[in-house]
Amino acid sequence: MAKPAEVTFPSDREVRVTRTFHAPRQMVWDAHTRPELVRKWQGYEGWDMPVCDMDVRVGGTYKWQWRNREDGNAFGFLGTFTEVDDCSRLVHEQYFDPGDMDFAMPTGDPCIVSLELTEENGITTLICNLTFASKQAREDAVSTGMTDGMEHSYTRLDDMFNKGAVAN
Amino acid sequence: MQDSERLNLTFAALADPTRRAILARLATGEATVTELAVPFEMSQPAISKHLKVLERAGLISMDVDAQRRPRKLEPKGLKEAADWIERYREIFERNYQRLDALLGELQAKPSRRKPTNK
Repeated sequence: MAKPAEVTFPSDREVRVTRTFHAPRQMVWDAHTRPELVRKWQGYEGWDMPVCDMDVRVGGTYKWQWRNREDGNAFGFLGTFTEVDDCSRLVHEQYFDPGDMDFAMPTGDPCIVSLELTEENGITTLICNLTFASKQAREDAVSTGMTDGMEHSYTRLDDMFNKGAVAN
Repeated sequence: MQDSERLNLTFAALADPTRRAILARLATGEATVTELAVPFEMSQPAISKHLKVLERAGLISMDVDAQRRPRKLEPKGLKEAADWIERYREIFERNYQRLDALLGELQAKPSRRKPTNK
């Protein structure tokens, strides 16, 4: 069994998530960088992901948007890749889109998201580090409607697993 | 003090390795400043400074009635911090469980090997 995600706060504006996967590093990398794979897991039950555009190269941008199937509300993230080191390190500057930004890249301080992958004995360890612009921004990230939506939708996630909608 | 303000103090307090070690020590039982200064090889004023930060963050308290003024852990303060981290953890974990499923699917597809004869 994969160990559950471990979360630490290395400083007052960072969040670090560590998780292992029983899969080769290349595959975990692909799942984070190929839009057709990203949209299969990155999301929330009850939300469609109509937009998942990713141009994975330094300076390339991405747009993710989710839309609630019931009320049509949308939110997303957009950003720019700043480091792309094949299979080992991916860094992007990320902005939260509460749903009304129309994919215009905002100015201001983004959240810096870095992803690091290492592999040992067929097990890939992922370390995802989020560095927010401020302490307040870190708190806002869990108190936005986005996470409320996530938590709401999680109640249905187990059903989905039971029905085998994702599992093979 | 607002909840978010106290949480900030809590996480700032927890960010320091010495203060985390002090908490770990207090988890085994209450201790005085003098008792804490010994294993940490620090002066009492230095320890007192750390204790003040922990106190303000609601992570420890002092028994004012006892002559020795021992400090003890305040589990509630730690629990609030842990609950808040848990919200983050859950958000990621749900997504990663889906990724587990996807990775299982990907590995099953291209190279479904026959079981080897042993």
